[in-house]
Amino acid sequence: MSIRLRVNGDAVELEVPGMRRLLDVLREDLGLTGTKEGCGEGECGACSVLLDGAVVDSCLVPVCQVAGSDVLTVEGLAHEDRLNVLQAAFLETGGAQCGICTPGMLMAGEAFLASGARPTDEGIREAIAGNLCRCTGYTKIIDAIALAAQRLEA
Amino acid sequence: MTQTAPPPTPVVVPPSATVPGRAVPTSPPRREGPAKLTGQAKYADDLVFPGAWYGATIRSTEPHARLLGIDLDDAFDWKRVVVVIAEDIPGENVVSLIDDDQPALVAIGGEIRHQAEPLALLAAPDPATLREARRHISVRSEPLPAVFDPLEATQEFAHFSVGRGDAEAGFAQADVVITGEYRVGHQEQLYIENQAMIGVPRDDGGITVHGSLQCPYYIHKALKRALSLTDAQAVVVQCETGGGFGGKEEYPSMIAVHAALLARKCGKPVRMIYDRHEDLSATTKRHPAIMRHRTGVTRDGQLVAQEIEVIMDGGAYCTLTPVVLSRGVLHAAGPYRCDNVRITGRAMATNTPPNGAFRGFGAPQTEFAAEMQVNRIAEALDISPLELRRRWVYREGDVTPTGQVLRESVGGIDVLEAAAADVGFEQALSRPRPNDGRVASGIGLALAWHGAGFTGSGEVHLASVASLELTDDGRIRILTASTEMGQGTKTIFPQLVADALGVEYDEVDIAPQDTSFVPDSGPTVASRTAMVVGGLLIRAAQRLRSQVEERTGRPFASSYREVGAMRVDERFEPYPGVAFDDETYTGDAYPAYGWACAVVQVDVDLDTGEVAVRDCVSADDVGRVIHPILAEGQVEGGTLQAIGYATIEEIKLRDGRYLNDRLATYLIPTALDAPRIRSILVEKPFSGSPHGAKGVGELPMDVAAPAVVAAIHDATGVWIHDLPATPERILAALAGTQPPPPPGISAGPDGGSVANRALPTEGSDPAPDARTDPQPFRAPTDPDEDWKHRR
Repeated sequence: MSIRLRVNGDAVELEVPGMRRLLDVLREDLGLTGTKEGCGEGECGACSVLLDGAVVDSCLVPVCQVAGSDVLTVEGLAHEDRLNVLQAAFLETGGAQCGICTPGMLMAGEAFLASGARPTDEGIREAIAGNLCRCTGYTKIIDAIALAAQRLEA
Repeated sequence: MTQTAPPPTPVVVPPSATVPGRAVPTSPPRREGPAKLTGQAKYADDLVFPGAWYGATIRSTEPHARLLGIDLDDAFDWKRVVVVIAEDIPGENVVSLIDDDQPALVAIGGEIRHQAEPLALLAAPDPATLREARRHISVRSEPLPAVFDPLEATQEFAHFSVGRGDAEAGFAQADVVITGEYRVGHQEQLYIENQAMIGVPRDDGGITVHGSLQCPYYIHKALKRALSLTDAQAVVVQCETGGGFGGKEEYPSMIAVHAALLARKCGKPVRMIYDRHEDLSATTKRHPAIMRHRTGVTRDGQLVAQEIEVIMDGGAYCTLTPVVLSRGVLHAAGPYRCDNVRITGRAMATNTPPNGAFRGFGAPQTEFAAEMQVNRIAEALDISPLELRRRWVYREGDVTPTGQVLRESVGGIDVLEAAAADVGFEQALSRPRPNDGRVASGIGLALAWHGAGFTGSGEVHLASVASLELTDDGRIRILTASTEMGQGTKTIFPQLVADALGVEYDEVDIAPQDTSFVPDSGPTVASRTAMVVGGLLIRAAQRLRSQVEERTGRPFASSYREVGAMRVDERFEPYPGVAFDDETYTGDAYPAYGWACAVVQVDVDLDTGEVAVRDCVSADDVGRVIHPILAEGQVEGGTLQAIGYATIEEIKLRDGRYLNDRLATYLIPTALDAPRIRSILVEKPFSGSPHGAKGVGELPMDVAAPAVVAAIHDATGVWIHDLPATPERILAALAGTQPPPPPGISAGPDGGSVANRALPTEGSDPAPDARTDPQPFRAPTDPDEDWKHRR
């Protein structure tokens, strides 16, 4: 079927089977391999993207459900050659180690920042609870999101 | 909850701030950080090879059987795919690090030794054809009796005996003898990037593999042997690697050989990208182990005798088991001075998938037991567990069970005091802990040591080489096979080299990990990269600097761009005064040791048995810290893996197969399960390495689990002897009822606790159709699968 959507601000028109996973459309049809597959069943959050601002596991979303929507992936965060506030905070605090959970973690972090919620330890943990990280123990990821929130407020 | 939670306060911890538990930030940004943060970093599955085929592995469904045949159904046109069986292997049918027992594929007539054993390989131009083909392939086998309990197993992979003094004479002096048996099960590394390898045919008849891996030269060796290739024909290139933790030390050799065999046969690149289910089902785990302790102490708290027996379950093949057992045995007595010690260990073969390397490498198992024993002794003697460790912990000049004199860099007491002071451990113990009858709080402490680098003469045998070159266009470039998998290799190497050369961090490049042009600097394992390879690079930089300055008569920094191409290779030389006897197992087991202390606070729900880890501090002496943020990241991440090991991570088995072989059923801690882990870096430099580093990766993994169990005891009064301390085990201990079966042991085919079996049946979660679909894809069914992997 023919599907129109916006990906990272660009209008995209695709001729794809409607039940094709959004993850595969991003990675294979659009070449946006920044979004990762960790489990394929919605447990790990490595494939998290923002769908009209909400965090979703793109491995569980059939592409027919996103017609007309805005999809934001990790490739849409940096402004030209400059990391955005959250990416820069991850780099500074050590929030990325092996980096495989990072794209999904950034998207969950972006959604938290956009919500305007107070950057409490508990609130940030809740926001990234669907994203597994095996490297960091989460401390530095939480620090990064809190730091970005502080800078955005300032 | 027992206390009213205070209102949440914003956590704003600017990275420039100096706060308790954070080292002074002098850390340059992670070298490959921007690529990872923008989605540009290329992991194996992100690479596109035009025309690549898709590979799959046909595996056994029997824990022990004779392979009678592999049948290809005539209803399928086999010209559409390629099939590889053992007789297609051009070289030796073996994937080996120590013993040559494990085949790449079981031969017809050969012995199947576990439930996930590779029997045949398939490749097809697209995933749909691949699935169709595998539905038309079937395996005939004849079941054989299987062994699942290492205590009943008869085949031994290795045994060790270590000791000094006279244990029986020691026990004769003891007023109190405490015995204990402790058991731990499998643990999955659970790197978030699954195993992945792509084999690409080369014009010279060889194969290049691109993959997710820790040890390029292990794979290089495996390819040469199985495919009869020359050094130049086998090329291994590491892609960005999404975590390893030991899980990508050894099994990638198997996948690389499989991908190479398929690529060779079909003449096209072949992608072997495991899904999570296959990764969990088939790849190596932490060894289950049984530790039996008998400890003699005097009434006034002197440690006079230790007798320890370690039994590890190696699974079906040898893999790295003898070395894991060796490290486990060498750490089994804990970091405590005792004149009369006897430690024996054996690793046994069972019909379960082979176990292998995982962060800590045998030490987390045996040190869990050692710390349980110390905490139980403190309770029996009514001495604070902190005070008892103050008396016992190794100091400079003390002698270990192998007779090693600890001459320097002995930070046990320092980490103990640092962690205890951070949380006010003694004061916390002197106050009653909250307990309202529904939730009980508790605090626990544990101490650990971790031998830095390879065991015994391992580094001498490896004789690693690291190189540094000036390119003809005036760049400085590091050449090693040491891999980045998140721990920071690509950042700390340029830091060390820049420092030794007197140039800026950004002036130093690092070459890709590609065996066609980097030397064998050894595997990226055993926390050896910073200490050993980092040390080689510093020496290489010192030589390069003096050669350049001699030639130009000017400082290196201002003259190196003019000298043209130049290269120095630095080979490992034994650390001065460090010697080990592999025959008698005496001497300097490790050149130096890291030391760690964790203090953990938990809430235990007395109705459900659930444990919430509320607070955790880990103080770690890693020698000189190179990059504080990366080092803290290692401590924090390793600590959470240990908390998972202590509380929720358990593999259940039936009939030799892992039951919870999906991420929905094998659980690791989420951000909500994790406490805010705080790390304190303690620096007791090691003089044998030019920069004083001792390694940080594995150490924190050794220490948090026994601290969690001690805190559970402090909260509830019960000791949990088996890991993980699940709600089921805690509730059974509280109620005094029969505990669940021990971890790591396969239930019989009927689900009962029978350890071994005579006849096979089905049993998995979810149950596969064993006859036709030996290794089903478990991703959600996609009716449009034809499209799934089109590029």
